[in-house]
Amino acid sequence: MVYIAINLLILKEMKNIKFLILGILFGIILSKAEIISWYRIYEMFKFQSFHMYGVIGSAVLTGMIVFYFFNKGLIKSYIGEQIIIAPKKKGFYRNIFGGIIFGLGWALAGACPGPMFILLGRGVATIAIVLFGGLIGTTLYHMLKSKLPH
Amino acid sequence: MNFIFEPWAWYVAGPMITLVMFFLFYFGKKFGVSSNLETLCAIGGAGKLSDFFNFDWRKNTWNLLFILGTIIGGFVAFQFLTIDASVDLNPQTVQDLADLGFQNAGAQYLPNEIFSIDTMLTLKGFVILIVAGILVGFGSRYAGGCTSGHAIVGLSNFELPSLISVIGFFIGGLIMTWFILPLIF
Repeated sequence: MVYIAINLLILKEMKNIKFLILGILFGIILSKAEIISWYRIYEMFKFQSFHMYGVIGSAVLTGMIVFYFFNKGLIKSYIGEQIIIAPKKKGFYRNIFGGIIFGLGWALAGACPGPMFILLGRGVATIAIVLFGGLIGTTLYHMLKSKLPH
Repeated sequence: MNFIFEPWAWYVAGPMITLVMFFLFYFGKKFGVSSNLETLCAIGGAGKLSDFFNFDWRKNTWNLLFILGTIIGGFVAFQFLTIDASVDLNPQTVQDLADLGFQNAGAQYLPNEIFSIDTMLTLKGFVILIVAGILVGFGSRYAGGCTSGHAIVGLSNFELPSLISVIGFFIGGLIMTWFILPLIF
């Protein structure tokens, strides 16, 4: 019975294996391009290197082309459906204040959430403290959100 | 094949990030890393603190597998695809950091002055790590996205909220880098 249950579970998750592979690729890209380096983030905010601007800029430019094809329906999803990019939540205060708070943390940690997980794989034990802080921050936001301007 | 072992240029990394994003949308999902923090909170029992976390986290298994992949990717890149793990910084950056007391900036990916175990075991070092994480977690949920969801997906899709958020990211980042880091180091 247990054997069958485990096999059913693996079968159920098989369709999700592609996301594990995409994650591995993402981790390698961000490692090899040094995006996970604290120094690269510092350098960016000091305007002393084009590297990070080039990475984000070229991702956004190529992303615009991809989304054009998605939004026009020229590229459909793997099951032939229209690909819908969920709109972001509107509200000036949420975006500017949330953005500023995030930016303070990004420049201090030298890492946004993706690189935090990647650094964990790199064997940087202390990044676990930062990630734990991230969980505290996430929980705090949801506890306090009714009192915040959005 | 040697180029794989060298640091990758921005014009390689940027389009490849878009390729990953393309496949996530193609497979009917989205590209957003910080929402995994919510999922992990839900698994960890944060539902006791906020009803928000009482959602069925199993629907986000695909995204947890994605971040599990990033952890594996970080391991693979470090162990097998990197020969020289130094970062070729602008000499001015190295000098600026030396003035703050950061030694050998760029010799590794991360400064020991923040990420070494010895630093973590000091009160100041621990507070820096945990506060940095709290700011990132709180800010990304308040703004509704981080670098992936806002700076890349949002800007690519001409979203005004994302433009405002990214401007916020830079205001916060510039304040930290130019004014707060010199105060704490």
